[in-house]
Amino acid sequence: MTEVIPTKQMPPGLQVDKVDDRIMTLNVGPQHPGSGHMRIIVKIDGDYIVDADPDPGYVHRGEEKMAEARNYITNIPHLERPVIHDSCNILYPYVLGVEDLVGIEVPERAKYVRVIAAELNRCIYIQYWLAIYGIFLGHSTMFMWPAGDRELLIDLMEKITGARVTHAYFIPGGVRNDVPANFEDVCLRQVNYFEQRIKEYADIFYDNPILKARTEDTGVLSREDAIRLGTTGSVLRASGVDYDVRVKEPYDVYDELDVHTNVLKSGDSYARSKVPWLDMLESCNIIRQALEKMPKSGSIRTKLKPNPKGGLGEVYRRVESGRGAAGCYIISKEKPEPYRLKLSVGSFRNLIALPYLLKGEKLGNMPAVYWSLNYWPVEADR
Amino acid sequence: MSVIAPKFRLGYFLKGIFDNAFWILTIVTLAGIPAIQIVLFYMDLPVIDGELLTAFLAFTWLFNPTMQIPLIKSLLYSDLFRIVVFPGFGFAALIAAGTIFVERKMLAKLQLRVGPFYCGKIEGLLQLAGDGLKLISKEIIIPAKADKPLFWAAPVLFVGTAAAFVALIPVAPGGWVVADLDVGLLAVFAVIGFFPIITILSAWSANSKFPFIGGIRALHQMVSFEIPLILSLLGVVILTGTLNLSEIVESQSNFPWIIFMPIGAIVFFTTMLAELERIPFDLPEAESEIVAGWLTEFSGMMYGLVQLGSYLKLYAFAALFVIIFLGGWTGPVFWPPLETELITKGTPIPNYAGDPVLTVFAPGLPLFDADPNEWVKQQQGELQYTSGQLLISGVIWFVLKTVAVIFFILLPRGVFPRIRLDMLLHIGWYKLIGLAFVNIFIALGLVYAGVLGPGGIM
Repeated sequence: MTEVIPTKQMPPGLQVDKVDDRIMTLNVGPQHPGSGHMRIIVKIDGDYIVDADPDPGYVHRGEEKMAEARNYITNIPHLERPVIHDSCNILYPYVLGVEDLVGIEVPERAKYVRVIAAELNRCIYIQYWLAIYGIFLGHSTMFMWPAGDRELLIDLMEKITGARVTHAYFIPGGVRNDVPANFEDVCLRQVNYFEQRIKEYADIFYDNPILKARTEDTGVLSREDAIRLGTTGSVLRASGVDYDVRVKEPYDVYDELDVHTNVLKSGDSYARSKVPWLDMLESCNIIRQALEKMPKSGSIRTKLKPNPKGGLGEVYRRVESGRGAAGCYIISKEKPEPYRLKLSVGSFRNLIALPYLLKGEKLGNMPAVYWSLNYWPVEADR
Repeated sequence: MSVIAPKFRLGYFLKGIFDNAFWILTIVTLAGIPAIQIVLFYMDLPVIDGELLTAFLAFTWLFNPTMQIPLIKSLLYSDLFRIVVFPGFGFAALIAAGTIFVERKMLAKLQLRVGPFYCGKIEGLLQLAGDGLKLISKEIIIPAKADKPLFWAAPVLFVGTAAAFVALIPVAPGGWVVADLDVGLLAVFAVIGFFPIITILSAWSANSKFPFIGGIRALHQMVSFEIPLILSLLGVVILTGTLNLSEIVESQSNFPWIIFMPIGAIVFFTTMLAELERIPFDLPEAESEIVAGWLTEFSGMMYGLVQLGSYLKLYAFAALFVIIFLGGWTGPVFWPPLETELITKGTPIPNYAGDPVLTVFAPGLPLFDADPNEWVKQQQGELQYTSGQLLISGVIWFVLKTVAVIFFILLPRGVFPRIRLDMLLHIGWYKLIGLAFVNIFIALGLVYAGVLGPGGIM
C-alpha cells in the first residue's frame, strides 16, 4: 500500500507507531451523527488524528449480482437505489451501455430531455450534500436552506417523471414519458429562481469568515496526489485538474452545449466544498441552453422489442454524476439478462483519499474533510 | 419479543389508588405533620400590625380584606419569596422558558421554517412543556462502568450552580436580589469558574470516550476564555470602585458604561458566548465530531436538568451584561399620571354587606411600596417616585434590556459555523486578552484624566 498511498508530513511530536495509553481509538460510526452509513476508525493523539481507517460496507446490497438475474428493463428501478437522490445520473451509464449493446438510436428530443433531467438531478443531489456539509460544520441555517430550496427542483422532477425521488425515468431508447405541455416555461422560471437563491448561499456560507478560517488549508490534496489516488469529480477539480466527463467524453448532446468546467487550485476542504456549488450554477446554464436548443416536438422514445437481448460483447460507458465519473461495465452473452454488470462510482474512488487526508489533521477537521470528499456511503457499498 | 402492556382493569386500578392513599396518609400523619410542626417551631414568624403571625392566623387573615395586603407584603419581603419566585429561580426559569420559545421560533424564521406549531394551538407555545413531559417520562440509563455518585450528581450540581449564579443578579432597585454581596462580582467569577469543573467531573465519571473528549474541550474553553472574561469586567470595577453589583447599577443612572467601554462589552459578549457553549463556541457539544460531547451519556430528565441549567445560565449571563454595561434597571421611569383624587381619597371597595372595608389608593401602589405612606409623601412633593413605581419601572427596563441581549446571544446560532479548538485558544489569548487590556487602560485613562470617577462627571 505504501507505493499507492503517498506518505504525508505529520506535525512533529506526535506518537504514530506505538499504540499505548496515549493513543485513543474512536469508532466514528455507524451510529454517530458525523459518519453516515459507515465507520471510520480514528486514532487520536491529543487533538491530532494519527491514523484513520474507513470501514464501508454497512449498506452493501449486492446491486451488481441482482442485475444478473433481471432483464435489461427490470434492472432500471433497482440500479438507481445506490443514490436515490441522484437517480438519473447513476442510471445514465447503464442506459447508454444498453443502447450500445442492443443497437438502437435515441431521438434528438429525448437526448435533450435526458440532459435536462440529469442536470436537475445533479442540483438536487448537490443541495442534499451541501445541507449535510452545513450541519457537519455546525451551521444549521446551511442545513435548512438547501434542503428547502431543493424542493423547487424536486417538484419540477415530479412534474416530468411523476416521482419525487426515485424517478426510473431513463430507459434504453429514450425516456419513459414526455415532459408536460408547459414544461419549458415552468422549468425556466424555477431554474432562474433557483439560481438566484443559491447565489445567496455565498453570503451566509461561502464568504463566512469563520468557515474560511476553518476549512482553508485543511485536508490539502495536491494535484499530483489527486491524480495518483484516482479521485474524481469535484475532488479532482478542486485540486486543479481540468477533468469533466461531460467535456472530455461528451455523451448525448453535451457536445452541442457550452459546458464550462469549474477548477479551483488550492485543493483544500474549502475548494472541495465550493466546486459542487459552482457546478450547480453551471448546471443552471446548461439547462437554459438545453431548453433553448431542444426540439419542440418529436418522439421521445425508440421502442424496444419485448424482453430485448443484448448482442455478444461488452460495453463500458461513463457519465459525470454528482460525485464524479460514474461508469457502467456490461458483459452480454446474447441473453435478456446481462452476464455481468459492474458499477464504477465516484464515491468509492474518493474514499481512498480519506485516510491520507485525515492523517495529521485535528479531530475538529474530521467532518469538514470527510464530507468534502463528496462521498455517499450507500453508493460506495452498492 | 415485544412486551405487551397488561390489560387495564378498573378493580386493580382502584385498589392501587386505595393502597397508595393508605400509605400516603400514614406517612403524612406520622412523619409529615410532626416535621412541619418542628419547622414552624424554629421559624421566625413575621409580626404584622403588632401581632405575631401564626399558621392559624394566616388562614384567618387570608379572608380578611383589611389584612390581606399586609399579609401578602410580608410574604413578598420574605427570603423564601426572593429565592423561589421573584428575583430568584422562578423569574429566571420564566425568562429561560421564554428564551427557548423565542430561540426556536426565531431560528425557524431565519431558516425559512415554521418551528414548533401544533402543541398548544398558538404557535407551539406548549412545545416546551411537551418536551419536559417527554424527558420526565423517559428512562434514565446510566453507563455500566460509570462512577455512579458523581454521574448522578452532575446535572443537579449544574442546575444548582446556575441557580447560585441567578441568586447574585440584582433585578430591581431597593435590594431586590437574593444575595446582596459586597463582593458580588468576585462571587460571580467564582460561580462561573465552577461550571467547567462540573463538566469535567460528569464527563470523566461517565467513563466513555466522547464525553471525556467533550469534558477536556470544556476545560480548554475555560482556559482560553475565563481570563479575558474577568479582565473585560475590570474596567467597570476601576471606574466605579466597587464590586457590589447593585452599586455598579446605581453608578449608571446617568449613562451606561457601554458608552465609554465598547471594547470591554465586545470582549465580554464574545467570552459570554464561549462560556455558554453556544455556536460558534459549542465545541464541548460538537455533534458531528464527538456525538453530543459531555452530554452524550445523559438521558431522560438528567439531560433535561442540564438543559434547564444551561438556559438559567444564559439568562444570568445576559443579566450580568445588562447590569455591568447597559445600566441594569436604570432608565426613564414611566408611570401613568394618576388622578389626584384617586390617590388622596382612594377607591373604597365594599364587602358583601355594602360596608367599605378597604380603600385602594392606586393599582399596585400599596402592595409594592416599602413604606405604606410613600404615596402621601409623593403628593406632598417630598418624594418624586414611590418605591413601588420604581420597582415596576425598573423591572420592565431590566427585562427589556435582558431580552435584547438574549436575542443577540441567540442570533449567531443561525449565522456562524462552529470554530475549531486551536482557533479558540488563538482568539482567546492573542486577541481578546489584548483587547481587554486596552479596555483597562481606557478606564485608567478616564479616571486619571478626571473625566469620570471622583471629581468627574459621574
